[in-house]
Amino acid sequence: MPKSVLVVGGGVAGLQASLDLAEMGFKVYLVEKNPSIGGHMAQLDKTFPTNDCSMCILGPKMVEVVRHPNIQLLTYSEIVKVSGFAGKFEVKVLKNPRFIEVEKCTGCGVCTEKCPVKVPNEFDVSMSARKAIYVPFPQSVPHVSIIDKNHCLFLKKGICRICEKFCQANAINFNQKPEEITLNVSCIIVSTGFELYDPTPISEYGYKQHKNVITALEFERLISASGPTAGQLRRPSDGKIPERIVFVQCVGSRDEKNNPYCCSVCCMFATKEAMLIKEHYPQSEVYILYTDLRRSGKGGQEYTNRAKEEYKINYIRSRPSEIIEDPETKNLKVLYNDGNKVKSLEAELVVLCNTLTPTKEAKKLSEILGIEIDEYGFYKAKDPLQAPVDTNVPGIFVCGFCKEPSNITESVFQASAAASRALELLKGV
Amino acid sequence: MKIGVFICHCGLNIAGVINIQKVISAVKNFENVFHVEDNIYSCSASGLQQIKDSIKKYDLDRVVVAACTPRTHEYLYREVCREAGLNPYVFEFVNIREQCSWVHMNEPEKATEKAIDLIRMGVAKAALLRPLEVKEVEVEPSVMVIGAGISGITAALNLSKSGFKVYLVEKEPKIGGTLNDLNLLFPTHINSLELLNNYINEVYNEERITALTSTTLKDVKGFVGNFDVTVVREGEEIRFKVGAIIVATGSVEFKPNGLFGYGKYTQVVTQLQFEKAIKTMEIEKVGNVVMIQCVGLKEVGYCGRICCVVALKNAILIKQKYPNSQVYVLFTDMQAHGPTYESYYKKAKEEGIRFIRFNLEKPPEIFAENDKLMTKVYDITLGEEIELPSDLVILSTPLVQRNESSELSKILKVPLGKDGFFLEAHKKLRPAEFMTDGVFICGAAHAPKDVQECVESALAAAGKAAILLAKGKVRREPITVELDEQLCSGCRICEGICPFGALTLDYVKKTITVNGILCKGCGACVSACPTKALNQNCFENNQITAMIRSLSTWGHRPEALDMEMECEKCD
Repeated sequence: MPKSVLVVGGGVAGLQASLDLAEMGFKVYLVEKNPSIGGHMAQLDKTFPTNDCSMCILGPKMVEVVRHPNIQLLTYSEIVKVSGFAGKFEVKVLKNPRFIEVEKCTGCGVCTEKCPVKVPNEFDVSMSARKAIYVPFPQSVPHVSIIDKNHCLFLKKGICRICEKFCQANAINFNQKPEEITLNVSCIIVSTGFELYDPTPISEYGYKQHKNVITALEFERLISASGPTAGQLRRPSDGKIPERIVFVQCVGSRDEKNNPYCCSVCCMFATKEAMLIKEHYPQSEVYILYTDLRRSGKGGQEYTNRAKEEYKINYIRSRPSEIIEDPETKNLKVLYNDGNKVKSLEAELVVLCNTLTPTKEAKKLSEILGIEIDEYGFYKAKDPLQAPVDTNVPGIFVCGFCKEPSNITESVFQASAAASRALELLKGV
Repeated sequence: MKIGVFICHCGLNIAGVINIQKVISAVKNFENVFHVEDNIYSCSASGLQQIKDSIKKYDLDRVVVAACTPRTHEYLYREVCREAGLNPYVFEFVNIREQCSWVHMNEPEKATEKAIDLIRMGVAKAALLRPLEVKEVEVEPSVMVIGAGISGITAALNLSKSGFKVYLVEKEPKIGGTLNDLNLLFPTHINSLELLNNYINEVYNEERITALTSTTLKDVKGFVGNFDVTVVREGEEIRFKVGAIIVATGSVEFKPNGLFGYGKYTQVVTQLQFEKAIKTMEIEKVGNVVMIQCVGLKEVGYCGRICCVVALKNAILIKQKYPNSQVYVLFTDMQAHGPTYESYYKKAKEEGIRFIRFNLEKPPEIFAENDKLMTKVYDITLGEEIELPSDLVILSTPLVQRNESSELSKILKVPLGKDGFFLEAHKKLRPAEFMTDGVFICGAAHAPKDVQECVESALAAAGKAAILLAKGKVRREPITVELDEQLCSGCRICEGICPFGALTLDYVKKTITVNGILCKGCGACVSACPTKALNQNCFENNQITAMIRSLSTWGHRPEALDMEMECEKCD
């Protein structure tokens, strides 16, 4: 029996750690709470600083994971209990019911077509609708349907069952129950990623009050070919393509009232998003209001230089005080301080670069695993210099954004580093 | 002959420009094409399954996929062919994204025509593809790590503890690299030498590590899994065999000669010089200290990233040791990413360090006034110019690549980027690997990095090398050159052209011999061979001719877009 490792979280860091460990010859259990692996990177349109298409580079990795003979995927599952010690952990995993027999489902999509219930699609940040039975996104892995138990008419009210009638593969099974399984593993790698800070409490920016104030992730879906507008940047209020767009940095971060830390990626992703606008609509005017232009990663300076010189993106150092909506046109006025004067920018769309935070479940998982978190909820490294991917519990390693704000490259570095430390521990003599 | 053609939309990356339906109806009429289908994302699990199913259903014997780029996706489709029962090499990739839809974004009609032409050529070639056999070679279970700074040491210790033999090669007489010169390290303020000494002891206690100090690399021959290394130590040559190589040669501080009075005034030093000084000397009083950030940014062309945090560290240490001193940090954008460095920045402000923001277009000036050094800076927050008496000026300069790196890049056949640092295989997904199989990169030789990032990347590179060694075998790509001995005249033109030393003359037979392991399939020799004795698998002369013919029989169109036949590795 080869030794086995548990990886918690199937974003880019978890995928990389799983692949490395599997290639080293270990059996890997990859547990993901969502119905598909891929994480946030699957929602992105392009990635900095090369502007290559996110799904184009992530998709093959996801496929590699599901096809790897040493990796067992446990999607829509969560960790409920961990006991034991390095070399001998016992992990209880709760597999939530999909109400679909995964082996039978072909992902053909007929059930989705026939389902009468429409609900907001979380993959498109609720900007489009999905059905109560659905495949999360076109490149989902595993590419099978799932029934949303909170909205399915049969599971809620005992009526409908239309999907069952139309499923040619007989894959629908309303009798599925949550199932607890036990895994015996030698090491655990935690890579649970992040979630987005909801900027609604920052009322001066008017998110959710002003229709044309959106978040960066909403922007990513709008500009993405697979998004709700098929890649056209149509603003929410009237579907018009905006000509003046303002990005606001550090929303909810570097802010003592919210999160004091810097999320380390939003300067770069705002630059990328601004470039994407100029590529789609060369006539548009784009402004980025920033605090410090922080260039995360290799090639950051060259990237922002290109944005300024080639793409003519306007960078203004300031933090806006207020965003005001014109009640008729739904255009926006962004008030900001320049030197000692209050100035304003007219915009047809404002993109808030909201910060990224540890996930809701991160704290609970830290208690289950017995690993320490810092004051913001990030998993703490045992020692940032000498053991940057180790935790206080021997045999539990950590990588990616859940450890500290990291971009894709850094997450991948840390993921391979965590796999490497796991190998050292498992081969240790 | 039954050729199946699969056309990928790549979301809107291809379908947003190229008219897929028009392409399909044209491709259907090509000779030997039996089946054509399209998919929104061919590389998704369902897309791959669809290709596999169609290969079986239509009993296809050649497969053409028209999609993004072979660089990232070719292996996936080859694998699908294999799983469907075909030889993976009867597959042809047609690049209609990077070489068509992306470059002709504004000319959709012409781009559609070009995509049809590209597929026409791909189909013509596919008809002539031959099945090839993949061979496996054993891997030597040892690694050479070049450079024994913190990155090299970390990689060496990790690999050794994972059970592999390591040759740790260091050109200096002692190991430790830049950490030998540093004082305390951020953010924990551990003493650099203390940290280093623990590691050095570990290195010398590990029996699987051979530390070769005062040693330089002379030559590397061979290929992934089987590198033959020659190093020179005190004039003596040492040879050994390794399966993998890790480059951990670090970088050096940029010397700001002629900038901000550096070299002119003794009170103007770099951060590294300052660290060395306070580590060894007892200084009674420092007075007014001015730190200038982004020194050399224009000269090197990139942000040094870690110099902001280095300045924060030294500013905090000065303020703590000399509470009466005044420390000014003149900066443009404070690169204090993440929670740790942001709170470090906050701490510096709380310590009473003064931060003055300047504009790169209007940099500070250093001048002497009555034997006293002064700094003049335009504070953009205040909107006015201020003058600061400066007993000590510390310049924060970026890390730059070592001069020796260009030599190393030639020996290892790995590239350097525009910024001078070693260029990884893929910025995001393969940051610790080179395109050259079996050679890995980590630490500050890859990009300016702090200690934590060096350690993380070193562990990553070690892990990547360990995968190779743990597998014990490596696949040898069959896309190499084959020789027709009957046609070879033994002229040796090819021998001089081959950059990999894969071709040698057999003096008995008077013909060339091809070392299939050393051959990388670049094809340079094939184009030089006057007798057409050399032929490259998957790019055979008849296949290339068929591609060109398929195009020319279609007729001359003056408005057609440029067509190029390029090396598949470069897109």
